[in-house]
Amino acid sequence: MLSVTGLSLSRGERVLFRDLSLALDAGQAVALTGANGAGKTSLLRAIAGFLRPDAGTIAVDGQPPAEARDRLHFLGHQDGLKGQRLTGNELDFQARWLGADAAGTAHAIQTLGLDPLLDLETRKLSAGQRRRLALARLIAAPRPLWLMDEPFAPLDAGWREALGRLMAEHLVGGGAILAAVHDPLPIPAAALDLGGLS
Amino acid sequence: MFGLANPDRFMRVTRPLVPLAWGAAAILLAVGVWLSFSAPEDYQQGSTVRIMFIHVPAATLGLGAYLALGVSSFFALVFRHALADAAARAAALPGAMFTSLALITGALWGQPMWGTWWVWDARLTSVLVLFLFYLGYMALRASIDDEQKAARAAAVLGLVGLVNLPIVKFSVDWWNTLHQPASLIRSGGTSVDPAFLPALLTMMAAYGALFLAVWVTAIRTEVTRRRVLTLRQRRAAMA
Amino acid sequence: MSAAALLFRRELALSWGGGGGPLVAVGFLATLTTLIPLAAGADPTRLAPLAAAVAWVALALASLLSLERLFERDHEDGALDLLALGPLPLEAVCALKALAHWVGTGLPLALAAPVAALALGLAPSLAPLALVAGLLGGLGFSFIGALGAALALGARRGGLLIAAVVLPLFIPPVIFGGGALARAADGQSPLQALALLAAYALFAAAVSPLAAAAAVRNAQS
Repeated sequence: MLSVTGLSLSRGERVLFRDLSLALDAGQAVALTGANGAGKTSLLRAIAGFLRPDAGTIAVDGQPPAEARDRLHFLGHQDGLKGQRLTGNELDFQARWLGADAAGTAHAIQTLGLDPLLDLETRKLSAGQRRRLALARLIAAPRPLWLMDEPFAPLDAGWREALGRLMAEHLVGGGAILAAVHDPLPIPAAALDLGGLS
Repeated sequence: MFGLANPDRFMRVTRPLVPLAWGAAAILLAVGVWLSFSAPEDYQQGSTVRIMFIHVPAATLGLGAYLALGVSSFFALVFRHALADAAARAAALPGAMFTSLALITGALWGQPMWGTWWVWDARLTSVLVLFLFYLGYMALRASIDDEQKAARAAAVLGLVGLVNLPIVKFSVDWWNTLHQPASLIRSGGTSVDPAFLPALLTMMAAYGALFLAVWVTAIRTEVTRRRVLTLRQRRAAMA
Repeated sequence: MSAAALLFRRELALSWGGGGGPLVAVGFLATLTTLIPLAAGADPTRLAPLAAAVAWVALALASLLSLERLFERDHEDGALDLLALGPLPLEAVCALKALAHWVGTGLPLALAAPVAALALGLAPSLAPLALVAGLLGGLGFSFIGALGAALALGARRGGLLIAAVVLPLFIPPVIFGGGALARAADGQSPLQALALLAAYALFAAAVSPLAAAAAVRNAQS
């Protein structure tokens, strides 16, 4: 599903890594580790098509990222939420923009327990609630490849467990996950360490 | 042209070119100034006509430098070449200088000729707009900290400006026919008396050589600066 | 609802929600219009010839105001990444954002500009023309402005920078729109000027999304 070969990435004049290769099949997950600044986020952004590699190729389902943007979800540090908009409006836009139908959105609201938050402005939400809202688009609009940057960080223990279950379900359903994490993933996953100074 | 795209080859090829261009500029400028002062006085304008020899080439080179900037921006954008970006960046300041020289000498010429420092005539206004383009370009470059991002954003703007300049020129000419200024400008003032041609052409060539010298020197400085930066960062990474 | 309509509605809601950008722009236009007689004197014989021109320039400046947030807020909160992964290419996203800016901010300004011109002493028969010029010019201002806003992403002092980058590009539409009003005031036909203004707006609508998308990609990387 995802194949990265001979990838070199740099930020400004600083080379993050050279000649990195990675393959990810349906049903597999990879935990991406490494020190801060080792290039975890940059690797995820390159796969999503936001960063241009210095060398190497990235293929999602055999296509370059620019052609494959309807087959992946990118969950970054930022939630992409507008403070003055209602949770319901933001969820509705994000889910439908990424291709969800009404049933999918309803399913996501139920799965992530967002119902009581829908008529609140998003600036009233806690960090954990915001993260759940951001996760909703992954559930609402099914896309095979999930690129996740520290997905567990703001969640409390209960929701971490729940996210682990959702990730396991995604893998069982034929999806794949590449997640940058500090702690081990709660699901069976291969590891890729970018190293760097710790 | 593409042979020069390699920075190493560019540095090698242009090394002898730099003193040559500076030398040519100095000689042409000296000859041009001498010709300017030995040219006959204009029967209407008297000695002030000599401002033309400074003014007209400055305006031409101001536009020429923007052409260099715009074309370099195109290559920087399409081929993502660092040297093309250095070329665009290096053309901005000399271009702005030539353009402001044209504006200042235009005002100095206007005062004895038209009795006012400035008239909103189509040509003056076009040059003023060109100067504003340069200011916008340099402001954009200076405001983005990340050098690579600043380079690409500036390249987009440089290219858009290149597309826009003919439109601006057209609109200003159109505007001028609408509001004929009440001044003493003779229409069809482009017909230059043959007696002035040697001085004008020599000054044109001198300005051209001067721009080339400044431009190539600035590109070389920029390439060197980036190399130093890379070396420093490599050293910092090893420390 | 199609993806384009979905994004367009979101952009409109964002421009009106939280702070009411268009209201600020119209307020700016009104304030600027108030300053002119205070600076130039209230004599109608001096104000009236300048009425259309002043209103027109005020419109151009006011349409700059809300541009800063057009891409910046989506860049800051990460929504730009989300927009890039949607069904429409980034060029279309930029075009829709500019179009929504025109409808959200340009439209109220185009309605306010003739009122401002009338207050300064414009002949009432010219008010409809001022509205048409405001609409056409506003389209050009929004698209060119969107390009400036995209270029200024990630820059310090973004708002000021947008003005420095965009105002030289505003010159043709300012000339054509002002020309249409001046010709009509002289009893000539404004059609040629309006046609040129429309042509520039179309040119901006064609070119600016391409350049803006390139600038947005650059800021995202």
